Amino acid sequence: MTGSLNVIGYGIAAIGPAIATGMIFAAYISGVARQPESRSVLQPIAFLGFAMAEALALFGLVLAFVL
Amino acid sequence: MRTFFRLAAEGEGFVPPSANDFILPPFFESIPWLTKPVILAFLAVIVISVFFILSSRKASVVPSKFQFAGEGIYGFIRDGLAKDVLGPEFMRFVPYLFTLFTFVLVNNVFAIVPMLQFSAMSRVGFPYALAIITYLVYHYVGVKRQGLGHYLKGIAFMPGVPKPIYVLLTPIEIATFFIVRPFTLGLRLFANMFAGHLLLLVFILGGEYLLQGAIGLKLVSPFAFTMGILLTFFEFMVQCLQAYIFTLLTALYVAGSLADEH
Repeated sequence: MTGSLNVIGYGIAAIGPAIATGMIFAAYISGVARQPESRSVLQPIAFLGFAMAEALALFGLVLAFVL
Repeated sequence: MRTFFRLAAEGEGFVPPSANDFILPPFFESIPWLTKPVILAFLAVIVISVFFILSSRKASVVPSKFQFAGEGIYGFIRDGLAKDVLGPEFMRFVPYLFTLFTFVLVNNVFAIVPMLQFSAMSRVGFPYALAIITYLVYHYVGVKRQGLGHYLKGIAFMPGVPKPIYVLLTPIEIATFFIVRPFTLGLRLFANMFAGHLLLLVFILGGEYLLQGAIGLKLVSPFAFTMGILLTFFEFMVQCLQAYIFTLLTALYVAGSLADEH
């Protein structure tokens, strides 16, 4: 069996951003559920936070290919 | 055919799909830049132009179905995205955001259109070209609005923060604005399209390979194909979402440059 250990490493590294993304959207959903009119305020914040958390996963992906 | 599709099962045994499947040779030896992604990008421009010219040509108060579809997409970007994010002067940026959204969306969806089944966005050059344009736009808007010195000061020294924190915050903020944002903006779209195409290749080529095997393997292959079909629908969702996120993040970055203080 051949393959790259990098990919396993990336799989482990992706746990962090995955949890982060889940928490961000959980907070966003419960915020909107409590106060539906706050949606337009919360949406940009939620997506900025999501973009930041996902950036970490993307760095991991790049390193998995590059190293 | 090699220029258009990957040829399956060329040699002995199953060859898992890899990054090499994205490197398609040019159609003609003499024109090295004319590859499938380039053709698809031009095709996307033609499809978008024809659709929106036709849907807006005979515009009437009571819209036809065609006009309704065109206006629905436009309204989604203008009212649902730009107005919420950018505030009162959103109309200046609607043309850019709308073009960006439709171009990325059509190119993404090409990845699951039968006979095309490749997205230009799964080659790294195309998303990065778009990310560079966004990068230039939001820095230009920021410098124009706040002046170069004030704009850079706003990035490096965020107001309302205790002084010692700047030791940590300034490098992070500078890296965010000048390196991380454009880097991740392009990479997010590219990585999603790349991974999606690879995922579909794994299930469909795997199903095809199982079909050539022993009788037991033949019985399993429908499951692989079913999974491929289900993932195609999943990919459609991802493609729409990524086009939306790309546009939303562009709007957010521009909104950040428009705001006087961060």
